Parts: sequence; structure tokens; C-alpha cells
Amino acid sequence: MCLGIPGKIVNMEEFSATVDIAGTTREVSTMMLADEVSVGDYVLIHVGFAIAKMDEEEAAKTLELILEYSDEIN
Amino acid sequence: MKLIETFRNPEHVKKIVDSIHSIVDTKKEYKIMEVCGTHTMSIARFGIREILPQNVKLVSGPGCPVCVIPQGEIDAIFSLIEQYDVTVATFGDLMKVPGSKGETLLSYKANGASIKIIFSPLDVVTLSREMTNPVVFIGIGFETTAPAIAALGKKIIEKDFNDIFIFPYNKTMPEVLKLLLLDKNLNIDGFICPGHVSVVTGESIYTPIVKAGKAAVIGGFEPVDILISIFEIIKQVNSEMFNVKNLYKRAVKNCGNIAALRLIDDVFETVDSAWRGIGIVKKSGLAFKGIYERLNVFNNFSISVGDYIEKPGCKCGDVLKGYISPSVCPLMGNGCTPEKPYGPCMVSSEGACSAYYKYNMSV
Amino acid sequence: MDIITLSMGSGGKSSSDFVEDMILKNIGNDILNNLTDSAYIHIDGETAYTTDSFVVQPEFFPGGNIGDLAVYGTCNDLAVSGAKPLYLSLSLVIPEGYQIDTLGVIISSIGKTSKDIGVQVVCGDTKVVERESLKGIIINTSGIGRVVKKLNDYKKIKIGDAVIFTSDIARHGMAILLARGDLKFNGNIQSDSCHLYNIFDEIGYKGIEFARDATRGGVAAVLNEISAKCDLGFLLKEKNIVIKKDVKYLCEMLGFDPFSVANEGVAVMIVSKEHAEEILHLLKQCDEGENASIVGEVVEKKGVALNTLYGGTRNVDIPAGILLPRIC
Repeated sequence: MCLGIPGKIVNMEEFSATVDIAGTTREVSTMMLADEVSVGDYVLIHVGFAIAKMDEEEAAKTLELILEYSDEIN
Repeated sequence: MKLIETFRNPEHVKKIVDSIHSIVDTKKEYKIMEVCGTHTMSIARFGIREILPQNVKLVSGPGCPVCVIPQGEIDAIFSLIEQYDVTVATFGDLMKVPGSKGETLLSYKANGASIKIIFSPLDVVTLSREMTNPVVFIGIGFETTAPAIAALGKKIIEKDFNDIFIFPYNKTMPEVLKLLLLDKNLNIDGFICPGHVSVVTGESIYTPIVKAGKAAVIGGFEPVDILISIFEIIKQVNSEMFNVKNLYKRAVKNCGNIAALRLIDDVFETVDSAWRGIGIVKKSGLAFKGIYERLNVFNNFSISVGDYIEKPGCKCGDVLKGYISPSVCPLMGNGCTPEKPYGPCMVSSEGACSAYYKYNMSV
Repeated sequence: MDIITLSMGSGGKSSSDFVEDMILKNIGNDILNNLTDSAYIHIDGETAYTTDSFVVQPEFFPGGNIGDLAVYGTCNDLAVSGAKPLYLSLSLVIPEGYQIDTLGVIISSIGKTSKDIGVQVVCGDTKVVERESLKGIIINTSGIGRVVKKLNDYKKIKIGDAVIFTSDIARHGMAILLARGDLKFNGNIQSDSCHLYNIFDEIGYKGIEFARDATRGGVAAVLNEISAKCDLGFLLKEKNIVIKKDVKYLCEMLGFDPFSVANEGVAVMIVSKEHAEEILHLLKQCDEGENASIVGEVVEKKGVALNTLYGGTRNVDIPAGILLPRIC
């Protein structure tokens, strides 16, 4: 019930940021992410708000699960 | 967009599908519910059902915020437009939802009503400065969207605007999940828990699921995410060892988003709420509280929510609760289509019936 | 005077001054300059005839404006029907108060575009209406072309034929959305509006059995319409569909299906299997066809299906109507 895709922060103000989504940009509110984010970070955008900082390390770990699951079986 | 593309990689998908085929017990039938409408759409769009083993069944749940708005609440919107000179601001999802008389926001717009589609609730404030009449925003969604609407509420009060109001139609997940767990007709083995709701709530709301001896896996929306969630559920079902597993850690923190939860808590209180097709679910709706009460459109205009009676023959209740698949509804494509929906599951673009019709009807 | 007034559309001196100063100056040619009630034209061979009205808002967008769109759009309908576009009519309905400078840019664009592609505007009409009755300008162009090869016979479509999209999809609709600004996104997506006849002029018609222009409703609308008429179906391969990255992810952000988004520079061609690779090769050498792709084939089962990247198959439904951004 929640469309949300990642965008990269390219500019920041106090409670808002400009995010770049593969070449298209928009201003979003960062009020739910306090001091957690800075320029260069990826955030999850839903209805014009950044609701999560995307963790690229965790993304890599999740992908490793694929191998982990495959190894478990064999 | 590596964060999306790697989770759509066909080679990764093939590996995990093979793993799923390897661990299923062919003598069992696995019934997995994806609660969230966006998961329903992803599953249909990426053709996930077809690449799973035959004995793994995916069932759609009630996580479609448009589908579950009672007809009476929809009618109240049109009542407002009929009686008052207002501008209605809405997410695009609601434009085609029919009222009891078949009217829609789209048809009202065609007839001259002031109706504006917005992307972010904060745009409502900018919009209201451009309008000469009051602006009423239709607040829908679950916990993912509630903080954004709370933020709008805070801004309106902060700036002391007295010409912006909100339809308080947000709902929450925990109690409806409990209802599904208690339903003896349902027999779900595990739940793919809504990834973006979880970004806000964290994982604790799913504890009742594992306590009831079912799997609960928080999953993202790409094919790899959905499939690893399915694998994990099957694994837990086979081992009969259940624990809430967060497989969307790149976005979901186990504790959720504290700032977002605080926003909801500042502005809303949980109340009993009617879910279309399901009935009243205790403590499953969000109502404005304290200084925010004055934002509630019902406190400012003479409109009310009428009694709702389900249309005869409509099986949406059964679909929303996961009893039946859209494909077996006798009205599917035959009296109920996206252009002329009979029930709510066809109305919303992410309703189970709408997803089925769009992606699976003739295949 | 810097704005259009009612008298400029009412047939008197204001009207003829307007036509001389604005229309003939930018679009004039031997036939149009006569300013008689009809144009006499002669075409050797069979004629194709089409019409289209253009009401796009905003009137100026990245990649073009309503003027050049009015030329390309109608000429494209002729081109995909296997005709060489030759003549256009031009009808303008303008609200009073419209800025003359703005109109000048649009008319100049029509003049330049038609000249560039070798098409003549040979007749036209201008009406001015009360400002309350119209928000922006309406342009209608009708087009006449000489048929080179008929490409609209549904009986020519056979099982096994290949389906080609001559370009990447969904660009025009998303460019317009950005230009409107309502949803407050900014970006560089350009409309794909272009002269599709250039393709046919360069590659010829060998092996091309049927073609249509995929405009409103996107490729999904066109393919579903063709399927309904020819009683066959299409099976597309998702991995062969070309979408530019910024277009793709803006669609994802808003919940739009790229198959249902409007194009202005995509021809859907149904070609014989034996010629498909060669046609593709030739297409890619044209400016308008550099992102061409063989996207699927004609099959017996009616409807439009898509082989996903993962081995499954799902439907590509006919779009239900206007595209609405979703949060869910």
C-alpha cells in the first residue's frame, strides 16, 4: 500500500532535501530522518517524504542471502 | 538505480526460485498471504506466481487502503462537494472510486468541481494559498502514509491556517492482522509483511503472528525481495520454528522510524474503524486528537458517514480476507471491471481484483 | 496590439491582417498565398487522408511545442499508413487575450517544421473565441499523403510475424507531466516527437506488413486495438523493451505503467519474420530509429502478453483511461 523508491540526496536544507531519482529531481521533506542523512545518501521516498535512509551494506548482505539459502540446501 | 536493479536481476531470481523448489515439501500445501497491496501488484507485475512451485499459494490480504474505505466514507466526500464550495485535494488513487450513485471525483471534476491531484500532503498547504475556497484533503493510507499526513496536520496548526481540513481515513495494520490470525477459515502458514509499513512501525507489530505459530517475514517489493521472503516462510513452516524475520534491512530498522511514530502519536489517536468487506475492527483507525481535532472535516461541515450495506453478490470481503482468489469471483470481468467496478477490490489500482484483471485476466 | 482579439477571427480587416502578418509570413507558399476558399492539389496515385486535433497543455514542453506536434502528429499518421505526407490543412481556435508573441512562436514552428519535412500547409482557418470558453489554443491539422504501400490491412498480420517498436517508449507522456509541474518534479525528459516518415524514406517498406503510431494510451492501447481487430495476439519479451532510465523510474515513482504512457515518436511495426533483423539493422541507422527493438511476435492467442524477465507471462492490459499517479 506504499509506493516508495530510492533517490539520492543531491542538496540539503534544514528539513528538506533535493533528491535525484535516475535524473529526475524533487524536493522532499527530511523531517522523519533528523540528522541521519547527508548529501550523497540514498533515501526511500514516499509521498514526498524521505522515510528511511537506504543502507547499501544491508542491501549487499540481503543479496548474500541468496547464496546462503542455496548453500543451505546443498 | 543499483538499489532496485540488483533486486530485479534475473540470475539472482533464478537462484532463489531454484532454492524454493528444492525446499518445498511436495506433500504440503503452503498458503502465504501478502498483506500489502503494493506487494500484490509487484507479484502480479513480475509474474511471481507462475515461477513458484504449484503447492505454494499466494493469497492477497486487506492491505489496500482504498479498497477498505467504507462506501459511506466515500459518499461523504461527494456529499461535501455537493453542498459546499471547497477544493478537494487527493492522491490520484481516489479519482476513480465510485460513490453509491456511480459518481467519481473524475466525473465531478468534469462537471466543474475543484479537484486537485497532489503527490505530497505538504503540497496541500501550497495549494491552499492559491485557492480562494477551503481545501479539504482526503487522508488515506496505512502507517507508511500516516506520518506524512500528521506532518501536514502539524504544519496547518503551526501556521494557524483555518481553511484546510482533512478526511481522517487512515487505518493501521496490527488489529486487522490479529483478526486474520483468529480467523479459523483462513489457515495462512505465513505472512509477507508490508515492507514500507514496517519502515515506520518496525518489527514488533508482527510478534502476534509468530506467537500464533505462523511465519512473519518483512519483505521489500522487488522480485528478489518477494522470493527470499517466500523462501524464509517455507523454511520456517518446514522447521515449525517461527520468528519475525526482517529481510528488508536496507530500508527497515527493527525499531522502525521513531520520528515518524512520534508524528503519528502527536497528531492521532487509535480508534475503532470500519473496514469495507470486513466490518468494524477495533483500534484500527487513526483519528485526530487534541488541538488537531479541528482539522477533521466532519467537525467543520455538515456531512456524515452513512450506513454501509455491501452490494448483493459482491465477494470483496472474501477476497480481502484471503478466502478466495479474484479469479473465482463470478463477477470478475463479468459485471465488475476496472472501468465499471462493482466492489472495492476492483476500484483501487492495487486491489487484488484490479491487479488480477490487469495482469492475469486473459493469460 | 500584443494580444489576440475577437475581431481577428471575425473575417474583416483585422482577420486578413492577422492572416498576412502571422500566417503567410511564417507558413506561406504558392498555394496558401492565394487565400481562396479551397486549395487545388493533384496527387498521382492513391491518397491517404487523416486528421488530428492538438490541445496539449502546456503548449511548450521539452522537445517541442503544440505547433510542431501538430505537424509531426498528423504526418506520422500518414507515414505509418504507408503514405508520403504532402499537404496539411491548419485550423486554429484561439481564446481572446492569447499573447501574440506566443502565437507567433507556435506558427513559426509550424512553418519551419513543415518546410523542413517537405510538407505544405495549403489551407486553413482561424477562429477566436471568448476567453472564458477556452483555456489554451486548439490546433487541428488534416493531412493528405500519397500511398506508397498500404500498411493498414489487418489480414496481412500473420502468426510468427515480428513486432518492432521503432524507439524507446513512454517519453512524451512523462515529458508533458514534468512540464506541467503539478506534481513538482523536475527533470530533463524530452518528448520524442519526430517525423516518422524519415524512417520509411530511409529503410523502404520491404517486409513491413502493418504499422501504427503509438500515441495516447501508449503501446498497450495500440497493440490491444490491433489484436481486437485482427483476431490474433501478441507475445512481447520484457527484456527487449527499451525505456530510458529517467522515464522508467519516474513511472515507478508515480505508479505509471510505461506501456500505457503516450508517445509521439514510436511506430509499432508488424514485419515478416524473415525481414525482421534486417529491418531492425536499417532502423538503427536512422536518427528516429536508434532505439528500435524487436519486442515480440504475433501469436494465435488473442490479447497482449508479456514474457517477464523471470520466465513468467503476464497480461499487458488496455489502459483504462487517464493515467493517475498512485501512492499505493
